[in-house]
Amino acid sequence: MPTKILVDGIGKSFATDQGTLHVLDSISLEVGDGEIVAIVGPSGCGKSTMMNIIAGFDRPDRGSVRVDGVVQSKPSSRGILISQAGSVFPWLTVQQNLMFGLNGRAHDEKKQLADHYAEMVGLKGFEARYPHELSGGMLKRAELARALVVKPEILYMDEPFSALDALLHLRMRNELLRILEQERHTVLLITHDVEEAIHVANRIVVLSIRPTTIQATFDVPFAHPRKLSSAPVQELRTQILRELGVDGYDA
Amino acid sequence: MIAAKRVLPSVAVIALIIGVWWAIVVATGSVVFPTPWQVVTGTIELIRDGTLWGHIGASLFRVGTGFLLAVTVAVPLGLWMGWVNGAYITLNPLFQMLRPISPIAWIPIAILWFGVGNLSPIFLIFISSVFPMVVQTIAGVHTIEKRYLRAAANFGVSRATLFRQVVIPAVLPQIIVGMRIGLGVAWLVVVAAEMIALRSGLGYLIIDSRNAGNRYDLVIAGMIIIGLIGLLLDGLMRLLEGLRVVRWRYAH
Repeated sequence: MPTKILVDGIGKSFATDQGTLHVLDSISLEVGDGEIVAIVGPSGCGKSTMMNIIAGFDRPDRGSVRVDGVVQSKPSSRGILISQAGSVFPWLTVQQNLMFGLNGRAHDEKKQLADHYAEMVGLKGFEARYPHELSGGMLKRAELARALVVKPEILYMDEPFSALDALLHLRMRNELLRILEQERHTVLLITHDVEEAIHVANRIVVLSIRPTTIQATFDVPFAHPRKLSSAPVQELRTQILRELGVDGYDA
Repeated sequence: MIAAKRVLPSVAVIALIIGVWWAIVVATGSVVFPTPWQVVTGTIELIRDGTLWGHIGASLFRVGTGFLLAVTVAVPLGLWMGWVNGAYITLNPLFQMLRPISPIAWIPIAILWFGVGNLSPIFLIFISSVFPMVVQTIAGVHTIEKRYLRAAANFGVSRATLFRQVVIPAVLPQIIVGMRIGLGVAWLVVVAAEMIALRSGLGYLIIDSRNAGNRYDLVIAGMIIIGLIGLLLDGLMRLLEGLRVVRWRYAH
C-alpha cells in the first residue's frame, strides 16, 4: 500500500493570556492509500488542531504534512473536511450544495453528478429542499454527499456524527461503510467513540493528553461486517480504553 | 378568531384614544383643535379636490429615489468594507462619525448645494438611509460563520463563486434588515425635509395647512396618513424576509 499522507513530526503551540499552550508535541503518522485510520484521544487533546493542520487549514510550527509526497500548504478539494458542526450552506438547496464544489463543468453534468450522489446517500426526492427543512441525519447525508461528489482522494472526518443521537449515529456509520465500499477513499476519522473507531477503521491511533503525542497504535484485523459484540472486538476495546486511562480498565 | 384576538387589544387602545380626544375637544369647546370627525371630513375634502394623491406621490417619489440610490451605494460599499479589512479600518471611523449626525442637520447644506427643488430631500434621504445600510451590510459580512468560508476554501471555488454563492447569500438577511431600517429613517426624513420649502409632499401639506388658516384638521389628517404609509412601507420590507433565499435565517 503506497503512502498517501505522511505526517512528519508536526508540533503546534498557541499564545494565550496564561502563556504558551503547547498543543501538539511531535506527531508522526503514515496513512496508506485507501486506508481508514481512526484517531481517538481524551477531549481537549488537540485532535481538531491536528486535523486542521493535516487538512491544510492551519500550518504547523514544526514538521510537515505531505500528501502524495507534496507538502500540504493549503486546503484543496482532493481532501474534504467534514466536521461536527457541519457546513452545508443553509441558503442553497441540497442540489445546489452538491453542485457547489463542481468547478468548470457543464451545468447538466453537475446536476447529474449531484443527483447521483444524492441518491447514493438516500436523499433522492429531497434535492430541492433547503437544509432547514431537513432532519439532523439528512443534513449529515447531504454533507457527506457534497464531499463525495467532488471525488476527493481523502476524507477528513472530525467527529462527523457526534451531534446525532445514538441510533442515528449507528445508522450513519453503517451508511459510511457501505459508501466506502463503493468508492475508495483514504479516511482520517477523529472520534471519541472507541466503538465507532473499531467499527470503521483499519488502524486506530490513540493520542495522549496535551502536549499531544501518539501514545499507542492498534491494528483492527477484523473483516467487515464487524460484529461488535464478539470477544476479540471486546478485547481490543478494553485495551484501547485502558490506554485512554478510563476507570475500571486500568492495567 | 385567533387573528381577531390579536388585533382586538390594539384596536381598543386606538378607539379609546379617539374617544378621549373627542371628549376633551367637546368639553373644552376648542375652536382650533379639531374633533376626530373634523379630521375625517378634512381628509375627504383632500381626496375630493385631488391634492392628497399629489402630496403622497411627491413624498413617495422622493423617498423611492433617495432610498434606491442609497441601496445602490450602501450594499457594494458594505460588502467591500466588510470583506477587505484595509477598507474597513480606513473608512469605518469616518462613517461612525457621520452616522450620528441627524439628517435634519444637513438641511442647510442640502439647500445650499441643491436648492429647494426635489434634489434636496432626495439628498437628505440618501444621507439618512445610506449609513444604517452600510453598517448592517458590514456586520453581515463580519458575522459569516467561519465554517462556511472554510468549506468554500476546501472546495477551491473561484472568487466569483465564493461571492455569488457564499458571501452575498450569507449577508442577504442582514442587508434586508438594513433596508428596513433605512426605509424607516427615509420616511421620517422626507416629511421633515418637505417642511422647509417645496410646494408638494406630505410634510408641505402639514406646514401649509397650519400657515394657511390654522387648518389643524388637515395637520392631523396628514400625520395619520404619514403613519399609515410608514406602516405600509415597513410591511412591504417585511415581505422581503419571506423570500425563499433568506428564510433559513428566520426559520428557527
